[in-house]
Amino acid sequence: MNSTNGKSDKPVITAKIDGFFLQFYDIAVFIARFFREAFRPPIEWGEFVRQCYQVGYKSLALVTVTGFITGVVFTEQSRPTLSEFGVTAWLPSLVAIAVVRALAPLIAALICAGKVGSSIGAELGSMKVTEQIDAMEVSAINPFRYLVVTRVIAMTVCLPLLMFYNALIGCLGSYFDVHAHEQTSLVSFFDNAFAQITFLDYTTALTKAILYGFTIGIVSCYQGFNASQGTTGVGKAANVSVIVSMFLIFIEEVIIVHVFNSIR
Amino acid sequence: MKTNGHQIDMNETVISIRNLYKSFGQKHVLQGIDLDLHKGENVVVLGRSGTGKSVLIKIIIGLLKPDAGTVNVLGEEVDQLKDAALRALRLKVGFSFQSSALYDSMTVGENLAFPLKRNQRDMTKDQIRKTIDIVLEAIGLPETINQMPSELSGGQKKRIGIGRTLILRPEIMLYDEPTAGLDPITSMELNKLIIAVQERFNTSSIIITHDLTCAKEVGDRVAVMDEGKFIRQGSFEEVFNEKEGLIKSFYDYNFIQ
Repeated sequence: MNSTNGKSDKPVITAKIDGFFLQFYDIAVFIARFFREAFRPPIEWGEFVRQCYQVGYKSLALVTVTGFITGVVFTEQSRPTLSEFGVTAWLPSLVAIAVVRALAPLIAALICAGKVGSSIGAELGSMKVTEQIDAMEVSAINPFRYLVVTRVIAMTVCLPLLMFYNALIGCLGSYFDVHAHEQTSLVSFFDNAFAQITFLDYTTALTKAILYGFTIGIVSCYQGFNASQGTTGVGKAANVSVIVSMFLIFIEEVIIVHVFNSIR
Repeated sequence: MKTNGHQIDMNETVISIRNLYKSFGQKHVLQGIDLDLHKGENVVVLGRSGTGKSVLIKIIIGLLKPDAGTVNVLGEEVDQLKDAALRALRLKVGFSFQSSALYDSMTVGENLAFPLKRNQRDMTKDQIRKTIDIVLEAIGLPETINQMPSELSGGQKKRIGIGRTLILRPEIMLYDEPTAGLDPITSMELNKLIIAVQERFNTSSIIITHDLTCAKEVGDRVAVMDEGKFIRQGSFEEVFNEKEGLIKSFYDYNFIQ
């Protein structure tokens, strides 16, 4: 069971458990460094704006399409059940509650984890293995502040905006479907839809989006910043960024729903 | 003392390394390195691939921590420095990467402006542009300012990499395999550039290489590394006077084959 050639003499299982906790510690140090660096001047505004453009603007098309389809499909799927009970008038509020409370934060987060998270992981990973991050270090530039802080803040700021946009487009998709069947007006649809949404619903959604954005940013930057083994490492960084981000998003979803439902 | 057309001040040591050790797991890369670099001097560290040459200069610039020993650069113990002090020291030490490590999302001009904008925030756009023009002219590539790194040849990338370090006017230059992967003519041009940089910017340099022509052209002193130790130091002629073992292999490969 013992290994040679410079590797640890511990049994494989013990070494893996050690590795898991060491990585956990590394991530904690990485997050602590983020908070330490984020509030120190100078702020890299140019890079922050560029990242907001990458995260926010460049994800708009995908968020629009998925939001619209979600609204249409959810309405279509809910109509038969509601019509059985003769309460199709509840469709707008049902869709709005589902979209704001659960679907919009989750969909926006999963899109960003897949599209932006993988891109950050690959970009930073590629910079790491081609020594571009070291080149910043030796030029007396703080690569953590320039690369990590800007990307994590951009994700944390843009994801809530994308989430609300996604919710709005989802409701619009639902409106088109409802309008096609029931001839309702846009104003009355949105009046009905948002009548049932409370301040706590908005707070829940906002909390989720902020946390998901932060998670995607930190996970992707950590993976990219610590990439190794050449091009294989770059691919791995991109891949692991997406998988770990999505996994954590679902765990956070469960925790936040429980916390806010206990307040409700 | 005057060598290679430039002045060396033997009384002023800009880098002093004592008893340096570094291991990665069970692999002992550096095993008791001692080295002095004097002001105005070019020291060439020669050795086979994997003997720890690049590790040595990464420790000098603070990218790696030594296991034991001291590295004193311009009067500062590198591994004792906090982040801010280490950054201040790095402004005085240029590092040219083997891979050039140009930022591939930026043009040549942006690559050169990047360290300048972040370290000298009071400079105007005109001043930055002027400084970039001076450096590009010094490295002989003024026409590449708007080109992307992907559009450059290997030799041009190396030159721009050197230019990016020069833009901060360092006192010391560390070159990691400057001629690796280049044809003999481009290598020769790069050797001339290293000498020109030293004369124009008055730098002291450590050049890591396994290219004997480079060592002969640019080195005031040559240190041959094998298995993590210096096995011979002196002028090129002194080192290669007695050709035996590794020294013979190096000499024969570079000048006979």
